[in-house]
Amino acid sequence: MKTDAAILSAGAVLILLILAIFAGCTGAAPEENETPYATTTTPIAGVNVLRVATTTSLENTGLLAELERVYEDKTGVDLQFIAQGTGQSLDTARRGDVDLVLVHAPALEEEFVNDGYGINPRCIAYNYFIIVGPESDPAGIANMSPVEAFREIYAAGTNNTPGVVFVSRGDNPGTHAQEKALWAEAGYDYEEEILDSGPWYVEAGKGMGDTLILANEKNAYTLSDEGTYLSFKDQLALVPIIAEGAKLLNRYSAIAVNPEKHPDVNAEEATNFINWLISDEGKELIGDFGKAEFGKPLFVPLYAPDCTEPPFNCTCAEPVATA
Amino acid sequence: MVNGNPIIEGFIEAIKLIVTLDPQVVEITLRSLYVSLSATFVATLIALPVGALIYFYEFRGKHAVVSTLQTLYALPTVIVGLLMFLLLSNIGPLGFLRLLYTPKGMIIAQTVLIVPLLMGLTVSALSGIDRDKRYTITALGANRFQTVATIIMEARFAVMSAVLLGFGRAIAEVGSVMIVGGNIRGATRVLTTAIALNTSMANYSMSIALGIILLAVALGVNITLSLVQRR
Repeated sequence: MKTDAAILSAGAVLILLILAIFAGCTGAAPEENETPYATTTTPIAGVNVLRVATTTSLENTGLLAELERVYEDKTGVDLQFIAQGTGQSLDTARRGDVDLVLVHAPALEEEFVNDGYGINPRCIAYNYFIIVGPESDPAGIANMSPVEAFREIYAAGTNNTPGVVFVSRGDNPGTHAQEKALWAEAGYDYEEEILDSGPWYVEAGKGMGDTLILANEKNAYTLSDEGTYLSFKDQLALVPIIAEGAKLLNRYSAIAVNPEKHPDVNAEEATNFINWLISDEGKELIGDFGKAEFGKPLFVPLYAPDCTEPPFNCTCAEPVATA
Repeated sequence: MVNGNPIIEGFIEAIKLIVTLDPQVVEITLRSLYVSLSATFVATLIALPVGALIYFYEFRGKHAVVSTLQTLYALPTVIVGLLMFLLLSNIGPLGFLRLLYTPKGMIIAQTVLIVPLLMGLTVSALSGIDRDKRYTITALGANRFQTVATIIMEARFAVMSAVLLGFGRAIAEVGSVMIVGGNIRGATRVLTTAIALNTSMANYSMSIALGIILLAVALGVNITLSLVQRR
């Protein structure tokens, strides 16, 4: 977003003045009060705005700010990110309130595209979900597969083993979807057997960063994406207990909102942005992000032909045709 | 783990940010001021005349109206946010205005939030004027309009407090601007939503710094308005 501090400050000062004058003569008759409000300037002009609903895990790592800076300098497009959970982002897009989504829940994405709301899905990058927990590992899940680990945490948690707590995002983002999938894989009915099954299962109802902080305070296990965990590592005593494994793959995709459903979306800029994200320039930027700070990249860009094969099975290279 | 006390660090950080006029902080602060002052201004334009009408005219159900206004003092900000979100969303009734996720949408939400407060307090402010004074004014030969004008003039300090309270509620709230504004960096991020975000990113000292700036801004506005008033 290009900031226009001058206009903003002019607007603020103008209103303050009007308010002050107005306050000084509250005795004036109401009809004298009709100072034309329309003369105050609005901070965003009708420039080329592209609105992207995205996930808190991307925002919390700082990647979005970096993408925004580079892309805006390059194109002059005003890129606006609204960070929500993946579930909410897709809903925002269904309503046509944004032009593009950047999310990480393949099953929900597929539904979004199949329902006709999303077009031109392109996978961009991936990393892994990790199960983090206290170093003492009270449930003893180190070196297990993710599914076994979930079974073990469940068993320990429902037996009230001291110190075993699992914090769930609980706000229906991609990470939460992944967590539910793991519970299902482990053979539990999420609604029936996991929710409200005891004090060991804590629903945070917050973004990834907040959830990690909460898990840290409670010395609990939680499922996190690798990127957010790495960028919060300094603040946490939690350690990764289970990492890697295809079951824990975390794939990020960009999907444009279908202009046939919502004619006033900025379809042209959505296409341009997707094409830039899958260009070498975009992928290098994503692949380099966090290298200097964390010693390893937070996200691994996807290249053809790897992306078309399992476990990814998505399109990552063909540019979207411009209208 | 975190070293040092985030509150003390926050103070140091706040001073640094203010002294160096950090462009992002300046921008967020100005946007906060712009949104909340606009909302207060619009709300004042609506609430003062209507509040005066409610006070001066006797009508059936007046008590009910006043009680309703007073109940709405407690209007939860997230509920206003949710209602405005549903109204302003692209598929909502006012979606064609494309105001969701814009500062204008945030101004509307905050206006809706504080209008009942300003209206109710205007009625109270006017009620606070001695009834004898009203008779005296009439006895001195004032016509109806002059009476109304004089009473409002008498009540101006109480009305000003109402306006300041409304501004305070607007600039301090986070619920509606988060939902309606979306906390977009450089477009709709204001002090309160920036504090919420920085807290969720564990930048506690930055949050404290922004909180101090928020309070300083409120202080500044109060001083400015009371100086003008004392003129």
